[in-house]
Amino acid sequence: MRTLTLSALALALTLPSLPVLGSDMPQDQSGRKDALSLWGVQFEELEYRYSDDDEELGVWNGDAFYGTDELKFRWLTKGEYAIEEEAYEKLENQLLLQTPVSSFFDAKAGVRFDTPEGPDRTYGVLGLTGLAPHWFEVDASLYVSDEGDTSAEFDAEYELLFTNHLILSAALDATVAFSEDREIGVGKGLVSTETGLRLSYDLVDRSFSPYLGVVHERKYGDTADFAEAEGGGTEDWFAVIGARVSF
Amino acid sequence: MKNALMAGALALLLPVIAAAGEYSLTVDRVMIDTGDFVKEGIGYNGASPGPVLRFKEGESVTINVTNNLDEPTSIHWHGLILPFEQDGVPGISFEGIQPGETFTYEFPIVQSGTYWFHSHSGFQEPNGAYGAIVIEPEGREPFRYDRDYVVQLTDKHPHDANRVMRNLKMMPDYYNRQQQTVGDFFADISKHGFMTALQDRLAWGDMRMMKADVEDVQGFTGLINGKGPEQNWTGVFEPGERIRLRFINSSAMAYFDIRIPGLEMTVVQADGNNVQPVTVDEFRIGVAETYDVIVRPKTAEAYTIFAESMGRSGYARATLAPEEGMQGPVPELREAPLLTMADMGGMHGMADGDMATRDGAEDMDHGNMSQGSMEQASMNGSSGMAADAGTTMARMDHSGMDHGAMIMAEGGASDPFYAEGSGLVPVAANGGKFLSYSDLRAQKPLYEEREPTREIELRLTGNMERYTWSIDGVKYEDAEPLKLQYGERVRFKFVNETMMTHPMHLHGMWSILDVGAGEWNPVKHTVSVQPGTTVYMETEVDAPGQWAFHCHLSYHAASGMFRKVVVEGGPDQGNTAGVEVANDGGDA
Repeated sequence: MRTLTLSALALALTLPSLPVLGSDMPQDQSGRKDALSLWGVQFEELEYRYSDDDEELGVWNGDAFYGTDELKFRWLTKGEYAIEEEAYEKLENQLLLQTPVSSFFDAKAGVRFDTPEGPDRTYGVLGLTGLAPHWFEVDASLYVSDEGDTSAEFDAEYELLFTNHLILSAALDATVAFSEDREIGVGKGLVSTETGLRLSYDLVDRSFSPYLGVVHERKYGDTADFAEAEGGGTEDWFAVIGARVSF
Repeated sequence: MKNALMAGALALLLPVIAAAGEYSLTVDRVMIDTGDFVKEGIGYNGASPGPVLRFKEGESVTINVTNNLDEPTSIHWHGLILPFEQDGVPGISFEGIQPGETFTYEFPIVQSGTYWFHSHSGFQEPNGAYGAIVIEPEGREPFRYDRDYVVQLTDKHPHDANRVMRNLKMMPDYYNRQQQTVGDFFADISKHGFMTALQDRLAWGDMRMMKADVEDVQGFTGLINGKGPEQNWTGVFEPGERIRLRFINSSAMAYFDIRIPGLEMTVVQADGNNVQPVTVDEFRIGVAETYDVIVRPKTAEAYTIFAESMGRSGYARATLAPEEGMQGPVPELREAPLLTMADMGGMHGMADGDMATRDGAEDMDHGNMSQGSMEQASMNGSSGMAADAGTTMARMDHSGMDHGAMIMAEGGASDPFYAEGSGLVPVAANGGKFLSYSDLRAQKPLYEEREPTREIELRLTGNMERYTWSIDGVKYEDAEPLKLQYGERVRFKFVNETMMTHPMHLHGMWSILDVGAGEWNPVKHTVSVQPGTTVYMETEVDAPGQWAFHCHLSYHAASGMFRKVVVEGGPDQGNTAGVEVANDGGDA
């Protein structure tokens, strides 16, 4: 009897302090169980260009993302602003969803809006982006415009480390059109290439890295002919100064 | 009836008598001054690190934790054996401690030794929320000492931990400033010849892996007891005294190689459990591990406690001296180690990277490696699996030892807990004895030796370029809990398929590390698994409830190298459970 009372008493005393055990253990509903959602903003290029025929341009090439390992929303933005003409030679924005398809590559799909001086275009985008063997960062995209024209763009970048802060990056960008879009001056075939060499120094972590460089732009084939017909050049050399920025 | 009442009253009093220790901790925003920078962080009772909690084995402790933050918090008692509701992991042990709330932990202290505590919420721990626990044993200790200091290390980073995580996800090499440069390439050419240097670069480039990827997060200041190298924490001694140093690595990411030039260190405890004394010149402490060593300075001079990070990107420094203000010489950081193809032994990519392995091995060959051992390293690599601990040991005994000196001509020795030919094998700065896991023997076996009831293989997996980390290729967010049965003895087989070292920590139950010593295997709470190796540990499943099990590198755990372990069955499921938990103190 005594023991019984005692244990009953002990039980009564302890009951309120018992955690809810039940037969099921609680599920982990903490943030840790959720996929990590992160964001980032990067400008590979944010620069002033001065061409061999005295043209001045403000140029940027950046992207911002938000999402998880499995699915990211990405906004790519590129622009070339002619300072004297006060006009956008190029203004391109892409809204994309990106998901991994292999260890080192992501597939992306979305929409691209080109709204420079002159006619606008909207494209559907399908692409692959990632890291190729030997540390080449590559990006390939296929575009179909609202006019029904298809084109492709290939981008590659390689970084050579002189030191862990002084870095030479080489970038190549090539565009090929599978059909002509005369209105925006694009001919069938290889359209244009842009090659850049930029020597940067990581001044603040990797978030602010000023650089100096040279950029070579060239148009090919029909595209070059269209440009010439309109009195434009087909080849430009630029000296560039700018900074890589990320935060 | 009267008797029963008396007994009841007594029962009421009992918990009060048993609860000998009552402690209070507040969780606060604090400023952390490393000497290099000042950074806002999180601490306990107004400081980071928090106070040293001194418990006594056999007592019951009550710890009131008040959350003064504007976000939820928690405290995990790292290495303590306690009821799972007291373990302090939000979502697994309890709901966490809300802002403004005071949570009362109550549990019996059933062990002794050196441990630590830290927040298990978000990135509060790397931001400063950690402290030390010292538990005085009931009985006599098998070693003597006159003084006793906690030496708690951390790798304090100037960036907030959330930002570090974001940067790593955006650019996995964001913090790596030890990458191979053009200059290193020319140095390799002059050392090994053009073709070898080129092939080596191509082999690594083909895998998209970096030799220099030893420390993900560089740019930190190493702290000892909250003091940076310039602030120089000092422990005072009288010449001739035996000093017990309780080393605790509370870093987010950094492993440290610790030495005290001029003094031998006798390791007497690892992860809170006494080990048979082993005298060393230097030892490596993994993240979350503890080692207690005894030193005996005989002369009245200042000795530097020098803790270099494994990747040599930073260091912590403190001093033992007869009086405050004295300083010993501070050594230079040694050259950063580079991974070798042997460390890549577990990579998936190796299946199609046979060529790469050969190239790498060739390079090592030029690094003064014998043909025989090169073949071994090559085979080891291309088979896609490192030898398990058993055969590694065997190899060490029979062959590895013989040309041990040759394999790591540049690095030095071999260690059965590193891949053969690994670039990470530590070497003592003075050429003396460097502690290996294989030196550790339990002072007294904690459990009766028995055959494990089953084996569970856990592959440690990840993708450095995406900065994703996982177990068996599955991140925590997608993983089912790992189910264990109460009463079984599980043999865990860790296969590290990544290029990083992972300190694996199982909560609530001991990790008996298999060093091949049978019942004398050391009993730990955190087990480091080096790249390209397989390590075994056994666990007596004697703690019901659910527990966390994860890599203790903060950014690896947060990226998914984490599991919930559910122990099914056991006393808590029965009727007696209530009483037992209550006596131990459930949460209030």
